[in-house]
Amino acid sequence: MTAVIRIDHATVQLGRIAALNAVSLQVKPGECVALVGPNGSGKSTLLRLAYGLVVPTSGSVQRQLATTHAFVFQRPFVLRASVLTNVALPAWLRGSSWALAKQRAHSALQAVDLQALATRQARSLSGGQQQRLTIARALAAQPQVLLMDEPTASLAPQAKLDVERLMAQCIAQGMTVVFASHNLGQVKRLAHRVVQLEQGRVVADLPAAEFFQTAILKINSAQDS
Amino acid sequence: MFDSVVNALRLIADADPVLWSVIGRSLGVSLLACVLACSLGVVMGAVLAVVRFTGRSVVLTVLGALLALPSVVVGLLVYLLLSRSGPLGFLGWLFSFQAMVLAQAVLVLPVVVALTRQTIEDADQLHGEQLQAMGAKVGWRSILLAWDERYALLTVLITAFGRAISEVGAVMIVGGNIEGFTRVMTTAIALETSKGDLPLALGLGIVLLLIVWALNAAVALLQRWRRSIEAQAL
Repeated sequence: MTAVIRIDHATVQLGRIAALNAVSLQVKPGECVALVGPNGSGKSTLLRLAYGLVVPTSGSVQRQLATTHAFVFQRPFVLRASVLTNVALPAWLRGSSWALAKQRAHSALQAVDLQALATRQARSLSGGQQQRLTIARALAAQPQVLLMDEPTASLAPQAKLDVERLMAQCIAQGMTVVFASHNLGQVKRLAHRVVQLEQGRVVADLPAAEFFQTAILKINSAQDS
Repeated sequence: MFDSVVNALRLIADADPVLWSVIGRSLGVSLLACVLACSLGVVMGAVLAVVRFTGRSVVLTVLGALLALPSVVVGLLVYLLLSRSGPLGFLGWLFSFQAMVLAQAVLVLPVVVALTRQTIEDADQLHGEQLQAMGAKVGWRSILLAWDERYALLTVLITAFGRAISEVGAVMIVGGNIEGFTRVMTTAIALETSKGDLPLALGLGIVLLLIVWALNAAVALLQRWRRSIEAQAL
C-alpha cells in the first residue's frame, strides 16, 4: 500500500540545534500513528515537517498526491469572527466558493456538536469548544490525513474526552491520523502504531500493542533492578 | 487670566463663527490626512510585517528614524515639493487645504506603517503558522491578521489622528496660516497668542484638548469593549 506520508532521513536544523536527526517515517492510509517522547524530542517538528510547515535541511518528505491534509494545533487560534466564518475560511482559501465552504462548515460543525453556536463570536467560546472548532475547521477541508499536535494537552478533563471522541470518530471513518501526545492512556486507546522520539531521533516505531508490551517489560525490569 | 478663560468659554458656547470655522477646517484636514495615510500605511505595514525580503532591516531602521521626524522638516520637504519650481509645483497646491492634508499625511504615514507593522508582526509570530496551515498564503495572511487586529489598528488610526491634529510646524509652512482658508487650530493658537488675543487662543486650546481627550477616551472604551466581548466565555 502506498504511504500517504513518506519521510526519508530528514534532518531539520533550527540554528545550531538539530530538531530532527535523520528521521524516517512512513504513514499508510487509514493508519493512526501516535508520536510520543519528552518535551523537545521533535514531535511537533516532525508533524510540521509532515505537513509542509517546515522544510528539511536534508532528506526528503513526500506526500501522496491528491490527498488533502489538515493540521490541528495544540493552542487553537480563532479569528475575531463568527464560529461559522472560522470554520468555512480554510475551504474558501483553498479555492471553494464561499457558499460551498459555508455548507461544508455547517456539516463539520454538526460533526463536532457546535452547530448551535455557529453565529457566536469564536473568541467567546471556551478552550475545549475552541479546540473542537479547530477540528471542525480541519474537517471542513475534507482531509484524508489529519495531523494533530497535542490536541488535548491544554484542555479540561471533559473537553479532553470530547476531543478524544472526535479523534476516535475520524479514525473509525478511515481517516489517516498522526498525533503527538504525552498521554499514554490516550495513545493506547487511539493509536495503531507508536513512534517514540528522543532528541530528534526515532528510537522506537512499533505497533501499539507491541509498544506497550515493551514499555511494561522495561518498567518491570527497571523495578527489578 | 480668569477673564480670558471666561471669554474663551463664551466663544465656544456662543458658537463663534471664526472659532468653529477654524475647528471645522482642522478636523477636515486631519481626518483626510489620516484617511490617506492609513489607506497606504496599513497596507505597507501589513506587508512589511509578513513579507521577508533582502534589505527589510534597512527599511525598518529608516522607518524607525522617520518616526521622530520633526513636523517642520516635513513641512519644509512638502513645501519644496509643491513650490513652483518643485516636482509637484504644477498642482498649484501650495498654501492650500490640499497642501496641509498632504503634509499631515506625510507626517503620520511613518507612524501608521510602524505601528501597523509591529501589531501585525506580533500577531504573525503567534498565529502565522496556523493561518499558513489553513491555506493562507502571504497576502491573505497579512489581510487576515490585519482584520483580526482591527481594534488594535483602530487605536493606530486614532493615534495618527492625534498626532496630525496637534502638529503646527508643517501646516504653518505649507498652509501659510491664511485667515478663512488655511488657518487651523494649532496655527491660529500660535498667531492669536502672539497677537495677545488670548480668549480665541484659549478657546481653540480648550477644544483641541477636548478632541485629544475624546480620542483617548475612545481608545480606552474601544479596548474595554473588546475585552468584554472576548471575556464572555460560556
